[in-house]
Amino acid sequence: MAADPKQVSADVSVPPSKPAFWNDPAWRAIFFQVLVLVGVVVFAAFLVRNTLHNMESRGISSGFDFLSKTAGFSIGETHFGISYTEENSYGKTFIVGLMNTIWVSMWGVFLATILGFIIGVMRLSTNWLVSKLAMVYIETIRNIPLLLQIFFWYFAILRPLPGPRGSIQLSFPIINFTHLIITVLVSAAAIFLLWWIGVKKRYDADQKAMPLWMLVIASVVTVLIIGNVVSLVTGFGLVAQWNESFFLNNRGLSYPQPIPEEGFAITGWAVAIGVVAAFFVRRWAKKRQDETGEQFPVFLASLGLIIGLPLVIFIFSGLPLHFDYPKLTGFNFTGGSVLTPEFISLLLALSFYTASFIAEIVRAGINAVSHGQTEAARAVGLRANPILRLVIIPQALRVIIPPLTSQYLNLTKNSSLAAAIAYPDIVLVFAGTTLMQTGQAVEIIAMTMAVYLTLSLLISTFMNWYNEKMALVER
Amino acid sequence: MKLVNKLAVSAALVSLAFASVTQAGTLDDIRAKGHLQCGVSQGLPGFSNPDQSGNWVGLDVDLCRAVAAAVFGNANKVKYSPLSAKERFTALQSGEVDILSRNTTWTLVRDTALGLNFAGVNYYDGQGFMVRKDLGVTSAKQLAGAAVCVNIGTTTELNMADFFRANNMNYKPVVFEKADEVVAAYDSGRCDVYTTDRSGLAAQRLKLKDPNAHIVLPETISKEPLGPVVRHGDDQWFDIVKWTLYCMVEAEEYGLSSKNVDEMKSKTSNPQIKRHVGTEGDMGKSLGLPNDWCYNVVKQVGNYGESYDKNVGPETSLKLSRGVNAQWTDGGLQYAMPIR
Repeated sequence: MAADPKQVSADVSVPPSKPAFWNDPAWRAIFFQVLVLVGVVVFAAFLVRNTLHNMESRGISSGFDFLSKTAGFSIGETHFGISYTEENSYGKTFIVGLMNTIWVSMWGVFLATILGFIIGVMRLSTNWLVSKLAMVYIETIRNIPLLLQIFFWYFAILRPLPGPRGSIQLSFPIINFTHLIITVLVSAAAIFLLWWIGVKKRYDADQKAMPLWMLVIASVVTVLIIGNVVSLVTGFGLVAQWNESFFLNNRGLSYPQPIPEEGFAITGWAVAIGVVAAFFVRRWAKKRQDETGEQFPVFLASLGLIIGLPLVIFIFSGLPLHFDYPKLTGFNFTGGSVLTPEFISLLLALSFYTASFIAEIVRAGINAVSHGQTEAARAVGLRANPILRLVIIPQALRVIIPPLTSQYLNLTKNSSLAAAIAYPDIVLVFAGTTLMQTGQAVEIIAMTMAVYLTLSLLISTFMNWYNEKMALVER
Repeated sequence: MKLVNKLAVSAALVSLAFASVTQAGTLDDIRAKGHLQCGVSQGLPGFSNPDQSGNWVGLDVDLCRAVAAAVFGNANKVKYSPLSAKERFTALQSGEVDILSRNTTWTLVRDTALGLNFAGVNYYDGQGFMVRKDLGVTSAKQLAGAAVCVNIGTTTELNMADFFRANNMNYKPVVFEKADEVVAAYDSGRCDVYTTDRSGLAAQRLKLKDPNAHIVLPETISKEPLGPVVRHGDDQWFDIVKWTLYCMVEAEEYGLSSKNVDEMKSKTSNPQIKRHVGTEGDMGKSLGLPNDWCYNVVKQVGNYGESYDKNVGPETSLKLSRGVNAQWTDGGLQYAMPIR
């Protein structure tokens, strides 16, 4: 370092008292950190070495070779379209268990978020009944242990259901699509005509429009008449037939499974194109608003692109989709899909439980936005809906997201309670059956712990990214 | 409940991590602590189940009592650890129990890769199926599409998979950790079929709401030799458990029972019986036990036949006939190696 000569001469009178390095706080800090690190590493090495030694001396096999051996046992349910048979390896049982854990956690997070936001907003309602109902829900659910809630759903609600032969059935109409399309098109035209004559024309003429309720009643009557006329003309009704499609019994809920036929792929592509198009429309609309201040109905346009476009293509490509209906054959239902009572009770318990915490987080988040913000927004002329959407929620989210992340983590980890009610998650399948059949407790428990650690870190990473995106950009 | 399991497994792993290697001293350890720690089931009538006054009784329990009688001369110096099928091997491997006497099937993988030794067979069993009578099923071959309730981590789970696969039938396993949960699930109609060892079916049937509404199908789909288990690495302890079982079986063969053993001990001139009760030879010394080890076993616990009749035999609620578990002299499989 080039020293400033003036500085040096000034410092001569007071020599810099550089302490010996063992007295230097910086050195000390490093020294103790290194010491602790070495201690931890040595301790871990001791544990690993001792475990390996003890296992070897007791003749317990170790290593990860077992992952490629044939499992030989069956698993009750698989998700994400994974196929598993007894001939697959123990490694595959790991994948199946992992996917089952992810499946229930994913749906749990989804339902808990929706339910939590609804209850949280209800809790803030000015309506006494609504707000108290939300409070009772939150205080009851979050103060009962989760395991008890799982047992409640499983043993008290789903167990006493009748057997497959006495299932509770729900019939659904199979809609005649030709009929539906004709009716919808003709009705739309008729309603437009009604509006044109009753509202537009009369308003232009003498400023007296037909009242809304009258328009609604007239529209409903029109639709009914047109529907019946179409039935008469074409010779078939709107409902082609009634089909028994949902069966609830103590083996779960059987429901029809949609089976795509040849040509369904076009509809899939249409969805993808719709999503991309909606994205660009949104960008274009934002740019236009920034430049000219003109607004564009982005939401409606996106809805039309993502749902309307594929729907039209689906109808015009000849409805390439049919349903596989569950049928009672022998002991159980075959065909269709089934939600097992184990999955249903675990999902419901996890969602309801976590939702009660999320509701409180949402309430706290909204309360954290000062009332002055609302008043200021009102002062510049915004109405209730834009105030909520543009002012309150963006600020509330900054408070909501961090604690929400830990609720998602909790839900994922709590899904391991699945083992108590025979839902084949990773704890039951891999850290259960596989562990017992191979006896390799150390490896399997380590892998299972790594799974939860990885899932938690992935969720945190995603939520931190989202949090950063929502964070206040300071200029 | 789940927490307890997790704690047990973690404790087992931690003890594996910390345990210093004291291999050859199981007998010394037991003497030092003054009792035998015996791993049993969480309640299987006839094999290991607490009676009305809370004392453990059963065929598997008698074996633990016999080992305690051989080691301490007192059959009551046993403490029991009820273990689920899932916890049992970890508990034994980690030294939480000294002996596992818990209707456990002897298989090659358990005998080798799990680091265990099977000290013999105290009940020859086979796996069967139980269904409701009103299903109208008469053979296991008619079970295609059935939902089957089964206990986790058992040979049962594997045999069932093999059986359905071999017969090209679909099935849905519903897997629980505790035997009681399996029975409750079957009883409530969650499954069409309950499968376990035939002796277990006979025992668990007693817990059903209406035992007479169920039948056991005729097929036996596997061999299930059930026996006591010890850890690898302590041959002396392995020998003690093994020969205690032989002592009980051979006592029956020679006609020694808890009732007549005192009389026989004083009166007999038969050298086989003299070696058995320890008045001739030094069999006990070779095992590291007092010479009257086998006398104590027979006197305090009884011979194999007495234990069988008392716990699972035709006179009990399980009503299991001796069948293959009869003495080899009666055409059964129970054959004790000679004590000499």
